Amino acid sequence: MLELDAITAGYERGAPVVRDAHLTVAAGEAVGLLGPSGCGKSTLARVAALLHRPDAGTVTLDGSRVTGWRHRAPRAQRTAIGVVFQQPRLSADPRLSLRDLIAEPLRATGRRDEAAARVRELSRTTGLGDDLLGRRPHEVSDGQLQRACLARALVLRPRWLVCDEMTAMLDASTTAALVAVVEAYRRESGAGLLAVGHDRVLLERWCDRTLRWDEVAAA
Amino acid sequence: MKRSAAVPRNARNALSAVGRSASEGSPPTPLLSVRGLSVRFRMRGGRHIAAVADADFDLAPGECLALVGESGCGKSVLASALLGLLPGNAQTAGSALLGDVDLLTADERTLARTVRGRRIGLVPQSPAAHLTPVRTVGAQLAETLRALTGTRKQDLDAAARAAAERAAFPVDHLDRYPHELSGGLAQRAATALALVGEAPLLLADEPTTGLDRDLVDRTVDELRRHVDEGHALLVITHDLAAAERVADRVAVMYAGRIVELADAACFFGTPGPRHPYARGLLNALPERAFTPIPGMPPELGDLPPGCAFAARCPYATDACAVRPAFTDGVACHHPPAEEPARA
Repeated sequence: MLELDAITAGYERGAPVVRDAHLTVAAGEAVGLLGPSGCGKSTLARVAALLHRPDAGTVTLDGSRVTGWRHRAPRAQRTAIGVVFQQPRLSADPRLSLRDLIAEPLRATGRRDEAAARVRELSRTTGLGDDLLGRRPHEVSDGQLQRACLARALVLRPRWLVCDEMTAMLDASTTAALVAVVEAYRRESGAGLLAVGHDRVLLERWCDRTLRWDEVAAA
Repeated sequence: MKRSAAVPRNARNALSAVGRSASEGSPPTPLLSVRGLSVRFRMRGGRHIAAVADADFDLAPGECLALVGESGCGKSVLASALLGLLPGNAQTAGSALLGDVDLLTADERTLARTVRGRRIGLVPQSPAAHLTPVRTVGAQLAETLRALTGTRKQDLDAAARAAAERAAFPVDHLDRYPHELSGGLAQRAATALALVGEAPLLLADEPTTGLDRDLVDRTVDELRRHVDEGHALLVITHDLAAAERVADRVAVMYAGRIVELADAACFFGTPGPRHPYARGLLNALPERAFTPIPGMPPELGDLPPGCAFAARCPYATDACAVRPAFTDGVACHHPPAEEPARA
């Protein structure tokens, strides 16, 4: 279970963007979170992905309460969650080739020797050719870069996936392809999913249940 | 309100279809006439990247053409070519006539003084990045008014308010800086700037990227309103729902070529798209089959000699090794047998 309980979070003291949010994702479940721009849904997604420390409230991951966020999160918790962001350009190190980009989490956790095989496997599932793996972000399209970012999120075999507007920048075919990759991974691994977005049709098609922002957080 | 906006458009579509068949061969004079437009980039080592090849289309006043396709297919390069904003290593061929000016061959002086802002208004992809961050919206509108229309200083305030109102930008927000605006308001501010010069042609490059569904609907409805007031609009987008909402006609671009040009009602309704790529694109929508087109688009620098879509196409045969000509609105060797209803 990924449980967010009474989360209040924001960036300035006294001006929270998320107030008293409650959200539970069961193991293997896909939950969609719908909200308009600027409502705070990305902030809540960052809290769930252990990337932003909330001002109040608790996050419980697979039964253990989260006490540290970002680099203070214990590795076992950090690596249990894979994150895909909206803008692949802003979430990819421009100096790395796509191959290194995908392998980076393995290197960072001291599992460098698995990298070659795992990257090969993921490039096949995400549809990235050998030629593309050797390129750097500025040499590929948004859609291709987002495929690499998704591969990077899956490389550590996370039990949870947080997709924050993963497909907002992408065309219909790439959107359908990336959702298919996520769903194939979830079928094989039983991972749970929190998909945040503003496209009702997409989230309702993709997720087991879809929550509106006003059902999750206080106004 | 949204529904009522759609009714006259459909009615007009029907009328224009009638007009087309009645007066075959004498269509209304297009505002923009693009013929054989090609753009290629010269790269290091003598390689070339063919970003746009042989684009042909017309655009009449009061009409909206949506150019759709996946990222990297050459849509934005086409827009840059029309504005004369291509980088130095680009080579163009063909013509793009806006009245008597060929946008592809006109010199920078002509483009800067008579075309940009005055005959073509650009609604940018990312309004927040398009606006100057250190000046208020009102100051930017006033500057644009002064430059494009020569409004005198004492009248600038009133003119800026009027310009803001045309784009439904709230007048009490004119003294705000771009970072103080929401995405939707920034989009309206950018649209207000694009409308200042009374340009007959509006060019919107991905105007809805990153906006949520309500804002997308509002933005395209506002663009549609300007079309109904007589502007011609070329909207470049990968958002098919937005295209369906705003466009009279749809051009589908794949690997630098326009592979289908169709009436929007036929394309999104029945009989539907005719090119296999366009059909695949619509079928990828979550409200339809939600199945991706297999594979990925080819590299623009390494296009196959025949049909660029053949490698991903379920209907491909040996005939597809030859590049299909663009005939009767579609560039495919195997378009579906049934003819579109409008004939």
